[in-house]
Amino acid sequence: MTFSLNNLANPSRFLSFAGTVIPWLAALTVILLVIGLYQAFFVAPVDYQQGETVRIMYIHVPAAWVGMGCYALIAIAALGTLIWRHPLADVAAKTAAPIGAAFTLVILVTGSLWGKPMWGTYWVWDARLTSLLVLFLLYLGLIALWQSIDDPGRAGRAAAILALVGAINLPIIKFSVDWWNTLHQPASVFRTDGPTIDPSLLTPLFVMGGAFLALFVLLHLIAMRAEILRRRVRVLQQTQVAQAALS
Amino acid sequence: MLGLGPHASFIIGAYGAAFVTLGALVIAIVLDDRKQRRLLADLERRGITRRSSAKRRPAAAPTVTRTAP
Repeated sequence: MTFSLNNLANPSRFLSFAGTVIPWLAALTVILLVIGLYQAFFVAPVDYQQGETVRIMYIHVPAAWVGMGCYALIAIAALGTLIWRHPLADVAAKTAAPIGAAFTLVILVTGSLWGKPMWGTYWVWDARLTSLLVLFLLYLGLIALWQSIDDPGRAGRAAAILALVGAINLPIIKFSVDWWNTLHQPASVFRTDGPTIDPSLLTPLFVMGGAFLALFVLLHLIAMRAEILRRRVRVLQQTQVAQAALS
Repeated sequence: MLGLGPHASFIIGAYGAAFVTLGALVIAIVLDDRKQRRLLADLERRGITRRSSAKRRPAAAPTVTRTAP
């Protein structure tokens, strides 16, 4: 059997695919989380400047990767809704928003708890922190928009437009530390001249990054399956009401 | 015992907040998935099925004329 994304455009095929993949992804997520947390607490050395507080990085940075990556996925799905009218694009975008909001909340909270002992403050209105707060508010706005319009098709198109407008925030978050003088440190992992972090700290970070990515994909697949089923239930309930009215 | 130094409360707080937030997300998504599967199974048990499902199972009736994703 050949596999392609076009096959998954069919919701029934997607449900079958999700049913097969979800148990394996759940196992992979647990394994990566166990290994990552063990390395973060028992293998990774203490940073010469941050001390033990560096351990917050192992959840803060992977959450940032997923929180931003999730919005990029929503923006691509928005194109799928508006241009290609892919049947699952709107489902993918709608179900990704609450997951992205949760990961972005983790970024903000863990960043604040790291900032207090390191910077002396929980919050500062610098460009990186503020643009991340805007990302969180964008997620909440998308969720509210989907909740406020009853017809899934109309809600999907309206949310797609908002998602595309909000995508301008992604490069602002990424390059805010270069464009403006921020309290937040510049990029230290994904740089053109390579990471500036020691491999002993980088390895647990990548393992935790893999764990968070696996968790995101797992939750997104389950949420997409639930959303497809919700729409089927909605149609069947409407049919049931129509049949009851006719009889 | 792992010593987390003078800022242990911040480290534990950060991991605790992440665990609670992501744990609540996992529970909410899994419960919603189970609820939708249960609702769909209940409707199908009462003979209300999608047209495509009805084609595969000719005995099932009544059927619907619209299809959902």
